[in-house]
Amino acid sequence: MNKLEEKAVSLLQSGVKLILGYEKGDKGARPFFCHTPEDASKLIYDEHATTNLATYILKPELMGHDKVAVCATLRTLRAIAQLASENQIKEENLIVFTITEEGNGDVKEFSGIDEINSYLTDKELEVAQLYKELDEKLSGMSREEKWSFWVNEFSRCIKCYACRAACPLCYCTRCITDVNRPQWIDPWPSPMGNMEWQINRVMHMVGRCIGCGACTKACPVGIPIGYLSRKMLNDLSEEFGYIPGQAMKDGNSLSTFKPEDKENFIH
Amino acid sequence: MEKRYINKEGLAKWFGSILNSGKRVYAPVRHGEKVDFHQVHSLEDVAEDYIQTTLSAKSVIFPRAEVLFSYKKDNKEVTLEDFNPDSVPETVIWKIRPCDAAGFIPLSDIFNGGYDDVVYAAHLNKTTLVSFSCAKADDFCFCTSVNGSPGATKGSDIQLTILPDGGAIVEIITDKGMALIKSAEDCFEPAKDEDKAKYLADVPVYFDLNTVHDKLKEAFSSDIWKQQSERCLGCGACAFVCPTCACFSIEENSKGSHGQRIRCWDSCGFSMFTQHTSGHNPRSTQSQRWRQRILHKFSYMPERINDFGCTGCGRCSRACPVDMNIREHLTSIVK
Repeated sequence: MNKLEEKAVSLLQSGVKLILGYEKGDKGARPFFCHTPEDASKLIYDEHATTNLATYILKPELMGHDKVAVCATLRTLRAIAQLASENQIKEENLIVFTITEEGNGDVKEFSGIDEINSYLTDKELEVAQLYKELDEKLSGMSREEKWSFWVNEFSRCIKCYACRAACPLCYCTRCITDVNRPQWIDPWPSPMGNMEWQINRVMHMVGRCIGCGACTKACPVGIPIGYLSRKMLNDLSEEFGYIPGQAMKDGNSLSTFKPEDKENFIH
Repeated sequence: MEKRYINKEGLAKWFGSILNSGKRVYAPVRHGEKVDFHQVHSLEDVAEDYIQTTLSAKSVIFPRAEVLFSYKKDNKEVTLEDFNPDSVPETVIWKIRPCDAAGFIPLSDIFNGGYDDVVYAAHLNKTTLVSFSCAKADDFCFCTSVNGSPGATKGSDIQLTILPDGGAIVEIITDKGMALIKSAEDCFEPAKDEDKAKYLADVPVYFDLNTVHDKLKEAFSSDIWKQQSERCLGCGACAFVCPTCACFSIEENSKGSHGQRIRCWDSCGFSMFTQHTSGHNPRSTQSQRWRQRILHKFSYMPERINDFGCTGCGRCSRACPVDMNIREHLTSIVK
């Protein structure tokens, strides 16, 4: 029995009803809901475990009212930390553990959100290769060229909203696109409607996005939508001293006023 | 079924003549790693070397968003402008896969069963499907488990099987297909004695479709729906890439005194799909919605329209961000 399985079995035997983890799937590791000690041997943890499990934590139909444990990757930890800062996590019902990077599949259980936050302080948020390439491509473009680049990219959007469903931080009970009186955003694909939806999505995520890339991974037509949120993270970092990949402290940048905020954008 | 042979040059010439005839031609076009159907203007635009397009060709006949009618109000006068079937141009879908072509059969049964959906029928009647049999398949393909095959001709008007010399075996399945051949008769040669089966991909049979159908009759209250759907995010990507999913919603594009009524794709996987105005939702959990998806395709549709709502194209499994693999789920239902 490996350390992950041992941990899972002991949690399940001590009153935890469900362990959110990963099992082997056709495309590498995929999310797995482990309910019994017998199933614990199916749990795996490797570099292919990319789905952000925090997405499931906010689904009451899956979580129920019992204790749930999460085998969290860095991505999942970041999302849990941010969700906690937005008061979305019931700490008493959640056990979070990870497999430490340092070695031998050691299991580390966190005592609470504070410990998750301090664990994340020295974990730098990596920039995906795809985003680096885009950075290079876009940096040489004029405003007009950038605009037409994104209009072209979003022209492929089919408005399936997989990006919304996959995002651990997209948890509005009623999304603005589902509101039809008034209808703020066209629910069908149209050039401006697609742009409105993505701008809206990115702006709702500013300072909240933890850069996990779930949206990009979920997009069936392959639009690199996560790049926009990642770019916002960098801008926030420069303007407000936010550290990408860590939970926002003292409120959300764009909805919190501080007297010392820069005003250099006012002309 | 009539057969012909066409050589490589003839194929290019025939394609050129279709383009020159003024027909709209949709074909797979590469965009980065993805290949999808777009309108093309030359043979060079057509993608090579791929297994499957991300989206099916469904949108050519059942567009993602379609204006059913427009209206205008001028004081007390209301003018309606209905969908005009004549506005749909003659269209050819080039290099569609046999599983995609087959998808239009259940789709047509849904839209044109009992009475013709004027809008759908207008597109269907003006579209000719030129399918290419599959020389390659991947692990997500399972057409042979759902009454299909890499060389199935059901749903196609013409099917080409590309030969090593760059030419093709041409099978003419319908009158519509014959008309497209006749428009450039000199491009073709008489059929050669070639066995098409030699050039087809090998797709294993994973499960018995009738067993799936039988098992599902008793499965409504089964625990499998919850087990299978736990990781489902309810994102709807599967329905949007599917060649047979037909769910739609009607939206209003109202701009004060004028506007349009638009038919848009929807998905039974969305929580809002069955939400009543009262707030009640008869399919309130994802497991109920997943059950609906499977039962609709493999139980209700065979009973109502005598056809399954799945052609084994594997797109839903490829698109799913959490690896919900429909072939695997169906296989586990049989066991």
